[in-house]
Amino acid sequence: MTAAPDTTEAPRVLVVASGGGHWVQLCRMRPAWDGCHVTYVTTEPGYRQEVMADAAARGQPAPSFRVIVDGNRWQKWRLLKSLLGLTLIVLRLRPQVVISTGAAPGYFALRLGRLVGARTAWVDSIANAEELSLSGRKAGPHADLWLTQWENLAQPGGPEYRGAVL
Amino acid sequence: MIFLTIGTQEPFDRLVRTVDAWCASSGRGGDLFGQITERATYKPNHFAWVPSVTPEDFQTRCKQADFIVSHAGMGSIITALTYGKPIVILPRSAKLKEHRNDHQQATAKRLGKRPGLLVAQSEAELPGLLDKLTAEKGATGGEALTPFADPSLIAALRTFIHAKPR
Repeated sequence: MTAAPDTTEAPRVLVVASGGGHWVQLCRMRPAWDGCHVTYVTTEPGYRQEVMADAAARGQPAPSFRVIVDGNRWQKWRLLKSLLGLTLIVLRLRPQVVISTGAAPGYFALRLGRLVGARTAWVDSIANAEELSLSGRKAGPHADLWLTQWENLAQPGGPEYRGAVL
Repeated sequence: MIFLTIGTQEPFDRLVRTVDAWCASSGRGGDLFGQITERATYKPNHFAWVPSVTPEDFQTRCKQADFIVSHAGMGSIITALTYGKPIVILPRSAKLKEHRNDHQQATAKRLGKRPGLLVAQSEAELPGLLDKLTAEKGATGGEALTPFADPSLIAALRTFIHAKPR
């Protein structure tokens, strides 16, 4: 990759993933936002160190790192807290681009991003090889770029297949 | 060292119990370390275990392991492949209430042909695979994965990030 570029004109990019597999996949796409003002949002505080170490190792400006509560569709209260956390982050950051691999917090991030005029991208998890994830199906209509990692799931009108994290 | 990990969310007693029984019969328990979640009801008697590990500890244990035993979660699979470590996966079953749906079965079916990735279709197949990997001492790992996603996926996202705003 190139040396640390002049970032005064660089877009503000918000990248969001729940802890575990979604996060590991998001991290494999990191060079896509090299040189941007990037803010990582996840549900596991322990990921901060690897994010900072990776940026330093690859000569990238130190990214921002924010933690929100995790929640799924059966944990309404946690889901609400997750939504609130993301709302505050999106309002403060005013991202120009929002990217997520899932799950529920990623869906919120895309919806909130749209409200503040951001362009949004969803990369459905590679774990969903035979049907899209629930969050992926719900996020699709709110994504300017809607991707699946399985060619067999690509369809006219989306999602598209443009490669995978593996 | 053998590292057993079942993800951060749901317990997976069927896997933990099978590995415990294998440790008892093979005498290899002293060489195995397991992460079995907070809500695990089956507590192993024949190997050392913890409910959860930090992300940093998770990386270290994967890196140091001869091989990894896991559910078919993408976090475990990608991490194992990244370090070139063989991984045995037992997919969770929705029917047994081990997950919300059967996407892990699909993951196992579609990714199971990769070198270094061994699938146990049921717990009955697990002891044989554990014996095989123990005998080989982790020698059957595939080549370590490149650290990042397909260049085509990264390029698609990069182009999207830098496209003209709407």
